[in-house]
Amino acid sequence: MTAVRLRLTALSAMLALIAVTTGNALAQKKYDTGASDTEIRIGNIMPYSGPASGYGVIGQTEAAYFNKINAEGGINGRKIKFISYDDGYNPSKTVEQARKLVESDDVLLIFNSLGTVTNLAIQKYMNGKGVPQLFVASGASKWDQPKEFPWTMGWQPSYRSEARIYAKYIMKEKPDAKVGVLYQNDDFGKDYLRGLREGFGEKAPMIVAEESYETSEPSMEGHIARLKAAGVDVFISITMPKFAAQAIKKIAELNWKPLQIVSNVSASVGGVMKPAGLENVQGILSAAYAKDGADHQWDNDPGMKRFLAFLQQYYPEADRRDGAVVYGYGAAQTMVKVLEMCGDDLTRANIMKQAASLKEFVPDTLLPGVSINTSPSDFAPIEQLQMMRFKGDKWELFGSVMSSDLNH
Amino acid sequence: MSAAEEVVTEAPAVEAVPKRAMTLGYGTSLVVLAALILTPLFVKNFVIFQMTMLLIYGLAVLALNILTGGSGQFSLGQSAFYAIGAYTTAILMEHFNVNYALTLPVAGVICFGAGFLFGQPALRLSGIYLALATFALALAMPQLLKLGFLEHWTGGVQGLVVTKPDAPFGLPLSQDMWLYYFTLAVSIGIYIASVNLLRSRSGRALMSIRDNEIAASAMGVNVALYKTLAFGVSAGITGIAGGLGAIAVQFVAPDGYTITLAISLFVGMVVGGVGWLPGSIVGSAFIIFVPNIAEGISKGLSGAVFGVLLFLVIYLVPHGARQVALVAQQLTAKLKRN
Repeated sequence: MTAVRLRLTALSAMLALIAVTTGNALAQKKYDTGASDTEIRIGNIMPYSGPASGYGVIGQTEAAYFNKINAEGGINGRKIKFISYDDGYNPSKTVEQARKLVESDDVLLIFNSLGTVTNLAIQKYMNGKGVPQLFVASGASKWDQPKEFPWTMGWQPSYRSEARIYAKYIMKEKPDAKVGVLYQNDDFGKDYLRGLREGFGEKAPMIVAEESYETSEPSMEGHIARLKAAGVDVFISITMPKFAAQAIKKIAELNWKPLQIVSNVSASVGGVMKPAGLENVQGILSAAYAKDGADHQWDNDPGMKRFLAFLQQYYPEADRRDGAVVYGYGAAQTMVKVLEMCGDDLTRANIMKQAASLKEFVPDTLLPGVSINTSPSDFAPIEQLQMMRFKGDKWELFGSVMSSDLNH
Repeated sequence: MSAAEEVVTEAPAVEAVPKRAMTLGYGTSLVVLAALILTPLFVKNFVIFQMTMLLIYGLAVLALNILTGGSGQFSLGQSAFYAIGAYTTAILMEHFNVNYALTLPVAGVICFGAGFLFGQPALRLSGIYLALATFALALAMPQLLKLGFLEHWTGGVQGLVVTKPDAPFGLPLSQDMWLYYFTLAVSIGIYIASVNLLRSRSGRALMSIRDNEIAASAMGVNVALYKTLAFGVSAGITGIAGGLGAIAVQFVAPDGYTITLAISLFVGMVVGGVGWLPGSIVGSAFIIFVPNIAEGISKGLSGAVFGVLLFLVIYLVPHGARQVALVAQQLTAKLKRN
C-alpha cells in the first residue's frame, strides 16, 4: 500500500514538474495546429494536371525553395513541411483538397494556391475555419478585402492596379487620347476594365470604345475594325496571349497606328511578341513588376544571381525563362519572411498579423524600386509596376516605378 | 469460376445482366448499410465529407448505370445534367432562399425534362454516335453557363457560393455529419426506387431493348418512349446528385462540370460493373480515391499512374466490382459446402 502511495506521490510530483516546465515553455512559444518546435506545416493546391497545368511549375519552385530553407537549417530551427496537392483546376476538387489539408494534414495555413475561381471556392471555408489563405496566386482584386475576409490575402499586383497605372500614364502623356479597349468577357477582363475606369476617374469619357470578346471566337477582326472606325488612337488590349497576338497582327494588316498597350498577362516575348511579328510590335507598351529571367540585363544583379544559384542547386531542371519559376521564387521568399517575423508565436492570428505588417520587403526577383507593403487595411502586397516599351527583340523598362494609388 | 468465365467470354457492347444479379442479397445489403450509418460516428469531419462525396458520385454513377446497364444507351454527357442540377439547387438556394431539401426535387424534375428532351433527337443515334452526341452536350455545358445573359443568375465564370445547411431541430450534429445522413437517406431512397424500377415491367422493357431492339418492338415495347424515359430518369437522378454536390462542396462554377467529370462517371460505371447497381458505390470510390493515391505515388505523373491503375483494373477484372463480388460469392458457397 505504501509503495503504491509513494509511487503515486512521485508520479504527481513528476506531473507537476512537467506542468511547470511546459507552462513556462507555453509562455514563450505559442502554436496553433500545424506548428511545433520542430516543424511548420504549409499546405498548397496547384493545377498539376488539367488545362492550367503549366502553372504547376510554381508549386514545384516553391517546394524547391523550402527544401533550400530546410537545408540551411529551417526557420528559427523549424523545418518547413510543404504539402502540395493537385486540383486539376477544378473548384470542387479544390474544396476537397483544402479540407484534406486543413482537417487531415493539419496544416498551419494554405499558401499561394493558384486560380481565381478555385480560390473563390474555398474562401468562405478558410475564413469560416480561421485558417490563413495566404498570398493567393491570382490577379483578381477580390483578395484585398480585410474586413469581409480577414484570413485571405493576395500577392501579385491585381489586374485593377495594373490598369490604373496605364490610365495614369495615358492621362500624363496623352491627355487628349481617344482610348479604345478590347477585353476578354470574364472576371479577368472585367477587373481590368474596372481598374481603367477608376484610374481615369472623372476623365473616364476618354474611353470612347469598348469591345468584348469570348474565348471561343476564332478571330479579332470585327472588334479591331470597329475600334478603328471609332477613331481610337490609344488601343488597350486586355487579352490572353493568343488573342493579343491576333489583335496586334490585325492592327498591322489594317495599317492602323494607334499607341498600343498590352496587359502584363500577354507581355511574353516568346508567346505573343514573336508570333505577332517583331516588326509589328515595336513601340508597344506594357508594365511589369518582376525581373525577366530571360533578360540578360539582370545577369549581374545580386538578387537574380541568388535566384540563378538557387535554381542551379535545388531545381536544375527549371527553365529560367519561365515566368512561373520567377513567380514561385518570389512568393516563397515572402512566405519565409512572414514566418521569420512570426518568431515563436506561430498562431494563425499572428501569421495574418505579420503578413499584414510587411514593410518595404523586397524579394530577389522584383524589379528595383518595387517592394511589398501591407497593413491591416491593405491586403494587396505588390501594388507597383514599371512601364516598359518593346524595342528590338525585348522589353525596355522606362520611367519610374509607379504605384496604383489613385491620389498620386 | 465457371459463372464468371461465362460472363467474361460472352461480351457484347453491354452484356446482358439477369435482373436478380443487379442487386446484393439482403444480408450483404444490411452489412453495407450498417457500415454506412455507423462509420461517420468514428471519423473526422473531412472523412465524412469524402463519404458524402462518395455517395453523391455513387448516385451519379448509378444514374449512368440505369441508362447504360439498363437500356443499353451510352452517355458521355452526364456532367451536363450534373451541372444543371447543381446550378438549379445553387440558384434556388442563393437567389430565392428556397430550403435546400426542396431544391432537390426541383433539380430532379428539371433534369428529367432536359434528359427527356435530349433523348428525343438521341433516338436516331445509337452506340458510338450517341456517345458522341452526348459528348458534345458535355463540352457545351461549361460555356453555356458562362453566357452573359445568364450571368445574373449563374454568377458567370466566378460561380456561386452556396451556404451549407445546419442540422434541423437543434440536433447535435455537425454540418458535415447532418449533410452526410441527409445524403444517405436520399441515396437509399433512390437506390431502392432504381432497383424496383429495373425489376418492374418498365425495367424488363428497358432490358429487352438493351438485349435486342427489334425483338423488343416486336413484343410490343414502345422503344422510342422507353429509350427517352431511360434518358430522363438517368438525367433526373444525376441532377439530384448534382444538387447534393453543390450543397456539399458549397460552390458551383462552370469549371467544375467539364467533360472530365463525365468521363470520370463513365470510368466509375465500368469499374463498378456495367449494369450492377451496387457497383456504383465501388466505382464512385474508385474515381474519388484512386486519383489521390496516384498523386501520392507521383505528383508529376499522377495522370499516368491513374491510367496504369485503371488499365490494371480493366485488364484483371474486366467486369469490375461485379466480377469480384461474383467470385467472392462462389468462394463462400464452396467453403460452406466443404
